[in-house]
Amino acid sequence: MATLQTPPGASEAGAGAGAAPGGTAPAAAGLPLAGGGGSISGARSLRRMGRAITANRKATAGTVLLVLFIFVALFPGLIAHDDPQAQIYPRGLTPNAQHWLGTTSFGQDLFAQVIYGTRPVLLIAFGVGLLATVVAMLIGVAAAYLGGGWDGTLNVITDVLLVIPLFPLLIIIGSYLHGAGTAVMIAVIAATGWSYTARQLRAQALSLRNRDFLNAAKVRGERRLYVICVEIIPTMTSLLVAAFLTNALYAVLFSSSLQFIGLGDPNVTSWGTMLYWAENNEAFQTGLPLWIIVPGLCIVTLGAAFALLNYAFDEIGNPALRPVRSMRARTTRLAAVNTPVARRRPRVKRTD
Amino acid sequence: MSSAPTEGFQRSGPAGRTGNVLEVRDLSVEYIMERGTVLAVDEVSFDLAPGEFIGIVGESGCGKSTLLFAIAQLLTPPAAITGGSVTFLGRNMVGLTDRELAAVRWKDLSVVMQSAMNALNPVKSIGSQFDDAMRAHGVTSKVQIAERSAEVLRMVGIDPIHLKSYPHQLSGGMRQRSMIAMAMLFTPDLVIMDEPTSALDVVAQRSLMVQIKELQEELGFAIIFVTHDMSLVSHFSDRLMVMYGGVVAEFGATRRVFDTPLHPYSVGLLEAFPSIRGPRVPLTGIPGSPPNLASIPPGCRFAPRCPKVMARCEVEPPPLYEVDGTLVRCFLHAGEERGND
Amino acid sequence: MRYVLRRLGFFALTLWVALTLNFALPRLMPGNPALAILGKFRGGISPQAVKVLEAQFGVGTHQNLIAQYFSYLGNVARLRFGSSLTTQPGASVGRIVFDAIPWTLGLVGLTTVLAFILGTGIGIVSAWWRGGRMDSLLPPVFVIMTVIPYFWIGLVLILIFGVKLKVLPYFFSYNFSLTPGFNAAFIGNVAEHAILPAFTLLITTIGVWILTMRNTMITTLAEDYVRMARAKGLPSHRIMLDYAARNAILPNLTGFAMSLGFVVGGAILIEEVFNYQGVGYLLLQAVNNEDYPLMQALFLLITVAVLVAILISDIATAILDPRTRAAG
Repeated sequence: MATLQTPPGASEAGAGAGAAPGGTAPAAAGLPLAGGGGSISGARSLRRMGRAITANRKATAGTVLLVLFIFVALFPGLIAHDDPQAQIYPRGLTPNAQHWLGTTSFGQDLFAQVIYGTRPVLLIAFGVGLLATVVAMLIGVAAAYLGGGWDGTLNVITDVLLVIPLFPLLIIIGSYLHGAGTAVMIAVIAATGWSYTARQLRAQALSLRNRDFLNAAKVRGERRLYVICVEIIPTMTSLLVAAFLTNALYAVLFSSSLQFIGLGDPNVTSWGTMLYWAENNEAFQTGLPLWIIVPGLCIVTLGAAFALLNYAFDEIGNPALRPVRSMRARTTRLAAVNTPVARRRPRVKRTD
Repeated sequence: MSSAPTEGFQRSGPAGRTGNVLEVRDLSVEYIMERGTVLAVDEVSFDLAPGEFIGIVGESGCGKSTLLFAIAQLLTPPAAITGGSVTFLGRNMVGLTDRELAAVRWKDLSVVMQSAMNALNPVKSIGSQFDDAMRAHGVTSKVQIAERSAEVLRMVGIDPIHLKSYPHQLSGGMRQRSMIAMAMLFTPDLVIMDEPTSALDVVAQRSLMVQIKELQEELGFAIIFVTHDMSLVSHFSDRLMVMYGGVVAEFGATRRVFDTPLHPYSVGLLEAFPSIRGPRVPLTGIPGSPPNLASIPPGCRFAPRCPKVMARCEVEPPPLYEVDGTLVRCFLHAGEERGND
Repeated sequence: MRYVLRRLGFFALTLWVALTLNFALPRLMPGNPALAILGKFRGGISPQAVKVLEAQFGVGTHQNLIAQYFSYLGNVARLRFGSSLTTQPGASVGRIVFDAIPWTLGLVGLTTVLAFILGTGIGIVSAWWRGGRMDSLLPPVFVIMTVIPYFWIGLVLILIFGVKLKVLPYFFSYNFSLTPGFNAAFIGNVAEHAILPAFTLLITTIGVWILTMRNTMITTLAEDYVRMARAKGLPSHRIMLDYAARNAILPNLTGFAMSLGFVVGGAILIEEVFNYQGVGYLLLQAVNNEDYPLMQALFLLITVAVLVAILISDIATAILDPRTRAAG
């Protein structure tokens, strides 16, 4: 199951995949594969995913939001006309025509800050998403495919990293570094956070190990690396996408939390740092609630976009989770309990 | 083994005017999904007399398991019964809620599933699973429960000490037999079995079948036995039903169907099982694959694969014809009396 | 039994890794962070404490790395974490930490357990009553609940209940004008101060449990043994609890343990926002003051706490699932 949202569940024994924070269930039911297994190429499964996305409402909502954020991050100048750092305006204004969200205690335009703050956040999200997923994939697939001693060692490393409380660790590292800029943050969060998704990917790779198309490759004499890269990984496309989304979500939440405590780069305008300044300037007490509310809402919305997409992927991968379509007659609420009876559509009987 | 069940666990006899344990009429089941509906069972009808053993055979996907669960009212969405009736001991069960069915369940009708490893709750001991079935039907005395549990286990040849065991601690054969023992708790009128032997090896299969037949002869319940293994069930069943593509292809006394199959599909099935004693003949399978139930072709469902297909078969779906007491859905036998369709 | 022993071994390993991280990290950073600090505070700490600090950070000793490592481990074993550099200069880190533990245990511990129980219950019920409009509406709501940053929701709640409505207090764990004691007034005050932080933690963590439980329940409900339970004519509450929930909860217990790391993170932030003097608040103060000995000790404490919680949930799993006992 591309279920990377839930807290890790299932035993370490592998076939049930572990899960990540913030979402759906552990894969107790086994893992549906992108493209249904066999030698379906990555391209076909992407196309199938595309179709599935447009069909699912959650996926569409998530995608729309994400595209919106990406646009804002790429072209902030088109939307906000002020320099976010410029402290040239009157301080502490409430929203008005020139300043849609008002100004901060330093005299900066809040709206500009929010808009320009999108880019660093998305950079971190995508950066960690990619980096952590790649690491997780390499380690997870290698562990599953190489098996034996390698598997054991990699597993122990993964499990230990899973158990060590990551946020305190990040705090300590951030403290030693006296604050972290965007690049450092990406590196540090990715280096500590890959373990959740590594477990998932390993579990799916394990379930693929003995499938026929892999045995066929082995019989053809392909090398191990080839098999890993060309046969296994494309089949795991949907799980990889889900891993990316999970890691991106986790990056957004953690980086903003770190920035909020003051361990980010104070010179970068990002939603997290905005919240840091807001809290330090007693935004609530001085009547500037928007300074806190708006950046936070942005974090929630971006996070929701990732989370909805992830959840939608769960449903696409595991049809049992989809909303149960209500049938005529007394089915709906008691569907889990009683045998459904539906009125049958009349069939046209052919007479000849 | 006692020949009469303990007090309180005796069977209530078949009610209803006709005396039949089960009467299925035009039962249809569809899988209702976003992409469309799949007709899994199409107007199947048959009767079951007390103590009778009916075997239902067919390929994977022919609808036999769906039919079974529809009879027991154990379907889950997206499957739904879309027509027909299932009259058990004089009462139509279609449309009743689980609560209304509870009185009949297990007491008069019990179920044996394919894999005991999946059908038994892994976190409860065997004994406690017997226990909750009995408590659900009003048996509260611990002594009675213990006695009856031990009794049914002995019936299937398992030492009652295993009441304390968990399913994963028993061997496959023992698990399967304890599931059958559980089905015997109230000496029901009808036991339906969904491929209970498929998960076992050949030797265990045979011994389980013998055990089931012995229990049936002693306790007198009726059996509906679904399997894909025609030769296995044909040694034990009274009547045999061959299903194909969701409809009944042939239905009659086992010996007749087995020795002289009338439907080309049944012929093909039987020829696929080599006889261990007879002359060596080349194996013939049935070419092609089962119909796509999401879009059923007009005419006979077997037409694309039938070696004896006629022009008529591809246009008009054949009704059931009766030939000497056997029902067969094939135009080859048109001109005989029309069976109940 | 063997199962428990294996887990204990794993925990010992993790603890060792945490200790080694504590040892290695400051030495890996550009410029030893402790140097500057020790220079600043050398005057106010006892010589014994200085020695401990030197072992921790490798400053000013003539031992090689390995020897430093072992003397560091030795100090930890004797619970000698040195002195705090700033909180109460000279005071033993152990004492400071010890004072903060009960607050966090009370707030975070109780709330987490409550969130888990409530969340699991809601998850079970929401999976059981499927179908209908609720089914497509609720899960996205729960999903969104899981992405709300802990600290932000805390701030919003402060805005609503503390600043605007002025109904609940949101600063510190109790009103400092009162003297601590086991009397009604004090306890009532503590409870009052705990409402907002506890509620914040509850909202943010409960979503995960609900979704997890719901999804495992849905999967479990499709299992054959649930169908068999229906076939036996068991009453539906018994099927829901005894057959479905009892099996569905097993992967969630493991999940509970694993996501404790996140609960800890959230607790830290919430304590910060509400100035609640628990372990998390202390950690952040230590970070702000560059009080490294205190930071390291807190990190170890949090790790140990998480490990203990995981051990408890593992034992619970072993009790509930006879198969783990057999696997050993």
